[in-house]
Amino acid sequence: METQATERDPAPAAAAPLPEPAAAREWLEAMSLIRRFEERAGEMYAKAKVGGFLHLAIGEEATIVGAVRALRDQDYLISTYRSHGHALARGTEPERVMAELFGRETGVSRGRGGSMHMFDLERRFMGGYGIVGGNLPLAAGMGLASDYLGTEDVTLCVFGDGASNQGTFGETMNLAALWQLPVVFMVTNNQFGMGTSLERHSAVTDLQRKGEGFGVPGSRCDGMDVADTFRAIGEAVQRARADRRPQLVEAITYRFRGHSMADPEEYRTKEQVALWRERDPLAVFGRRLVAEGVLSEDELQQVDRAAVERVDAAVAFADRSPFPAPESLYDDVYVLGDQLQGWYAVDERSAGVHRGEHERELAASERGPEGAYEEAVAAAGREDVGEKPADAAQAGSDGVADPEQEGG
Amino acid sequence: MAVMRYREALNQALREEMRADETVVLMGEDIGVFNGAFKVTNKLLEEFGEKRVRDTPISENTIVGMGVGAAMCGLRPVVELMTINFSLLAMDQIVNHAAHIHYMFGGQVQVPLVVRMPQGAGHQLGPTHSHCFEAMFLQVPGLLVAVPSTAADAKGLLKAAIRDPNPVVFIEHEYLYGQRGDVPDGEDVLVPFGRAAVRREGDDVTLVGISRMALTAQRAAEILADEHEIEAEVIDPRTLRPLDLDSILESVRKTNRCVIVEEGWPHGGVGANLAALIQEQAFDDLDAPIGRVTGADLPMPYSRPLEQIAYPHEPQVVEAVLATFRDL
Repeated sequence: METQATERDPAPAAAAPLPEPAAAREWLEAMSLIRRFEERAGEMYAKAKVGGFLHLAIGEEATIVGAVRALRDQDYLISTYRSHGHALARGTEPERVMAELFGRETGVSRGRGGSMHMFDLERRFMGGYGIVGGNLPLAAGMGLASDYLGTEDVTLCVFGDGASNQGTFGETMNLAALWQLPVVFMVTNNQFGMGTSLERHSAVTDLQRKGEGFGVPGSRCDGMDVADTFRAIGEAVQRARADRRPQLVEAITYRFRGHSMADPEEYRTKEQVALWRERDPLAVFGRRLVAEGVLSEDELQQVDRAAVERVDAAVAFADRSPFPAPESLYDDVYVLGDQLQGWYAVDERSAGVHRGEHERELAASERGPEGAYEEAVAAAGREDVGEKPADAAQAGSDGVADPEQEGG
Repeated sequence: MAVMRYREALNQALREEMRADETVVLMGEDIGVFNGAFKVTNKLLEEFGEKRVRDTPISENTIVGMGVGAAMCGLRPVVELMTINFSLLAMDQIVNHAAHIHYMFGGQVQVPLVVRMPQGAGHQLGPTHSHCFEAMFLQVPGLLVAVPSTAADAKGLLKAAIRDPNPVVFIEHEYLYGQRGDVPDGEDVLVPFGRAAVRREGDDVTLVGISRMALTAQRAAEILADEHEIEAEVIDPRTLRPLDLDSILESVRKTNRCVIVEEGWPHGGVGANLAALIQEQAFDDLDAPIGRVTGADLPMPYSRPLEQIAYPHEPQVVEAVLATFRDL
């Protein structure tokens, strides 16, 4: 059995082969985009442009890009509340992901979901979910639909080490194996369920084995290495597709930031964080590409600058996007049709005044409902998003940042 | 028109919808080989096979969640929970996912899922197996909630539920499964959600009965007519989301009195909600406070005599109606 999480020493990063140069470069670009996006999202949170919870995937980029690149376009992907990176890796425009964080109408979920609830049906990114372990049954259902409809689609279900303790984990493993569903379960083991370390939350810390008793074979990869993650998920996807058997893959990784923005990180040492930062998946992969002649140092810098610029554009887009209109408050509570002709039909339907319509009129009037809507819009405009030239971003790069300055 | 039991009407609805739509798939505990704990799915496995009638392990939260996931990807799953008591285990998937997904993802995806379950006391099953939870589901925006009390409604509403693009919590009743009723012929005879049924007309008081209590209310109405010369109008809302408040208000404006009868708990119950709506909309039409008859505010006792006084019967309804005529 594994002992201390810090002593985990997965296969060295150079073990897995690189893909074709163009693909390798694209992986780096995708990881850079996620890194820069997450950094800016954290800054926007500090400026109160982003509210609620914000869970950043800095340090986990290789688990995202390596896994998503192992999928076909029509395969389903479903993830957790740490879902910005999955949307970006699937190709969702950073503008729409950032706009969702900003709570704007142009966000992927029209500002209804927020950080934890990204979704892009067109790209078969079937959502981020806020309830730990809640997405596993959904993934099995997606696998069931693929199987039932006779398609070759595979579902990749991403969740954290903490979710492996939920009842849905065992229930879903059992059902997926019993019904031979084409689902790959990927446990992104960042070694903490919020602030509780792996060995303090799971009796079996070798998470790849947790599916065995349910009939789901496991494997492990180095989640700090995008190539190794690609290899492991690729093999599992292939088996799920061809053999119609679910697979469990454990990717060992580490999140460099706190669980969310409100995390003083009292549960781990600076030394441990520093140790893992030496294995920074983005920096290590970049160095490898230079060492193996795929990229020059200049090109490496260019990749980063392009990511910074794209994220700048995303922030600008989000900041100038409108908030959802007050009269859209009740949009999409129900699918309307013959049976339900308006949302108010579900509420207080009467021959007289529809209370909902009254609210709608109030919200649209000059004073708004207690002025709270207008106040929120005004507050969002008080802080400038700020200029972020590429050079400045470089200086503030996460690779050299002091974790003490983060969180809060 | 054919006379059949409530459970047979449900069976017919499932059978017809499965024949008409290949994407309708059933999942649940013991619905196949065992033919259903209450025989609602009787012989469906025989006709449709294991691909479409799927016996599941005892994993309520996960089978409902799988229904949600499958519904998001092109199927129309009908998940049976053996009883409403076990729906508590699936509450996370029902509320956080089935009800919220369409809204929280900005309308990108629909969840055409039906979760069926029977409720009700009366079989001496004690505190954990006698629940009536329609009020809990009534609370949740994003869900449709049906509470059919007759065989015809059971069939027509279930067919409408399966065809609807929204997630539906379909609440049956253990006592009602064996009750017979007329069911109209025709595979496209639906009972649309949001239309109450007037079970009995009357000018003196409006009785609103939920689920099985629609029957109790009708029997109480006969006693009121025979023994007290009070003509009660009995309304069965049939669905709680959407709620046909118009029909209830119309009746109350005529009778000026209202008593709501439900089997669930009093606090935060269907009656509490409905009484609030009625007084908001028709306060000036009321000649007496709205009465409520509910299940007792306690865990259901096992002992038969205690159980019998812990959920409403006709005498409590008659008493509550008479109270609206006193002291005025």
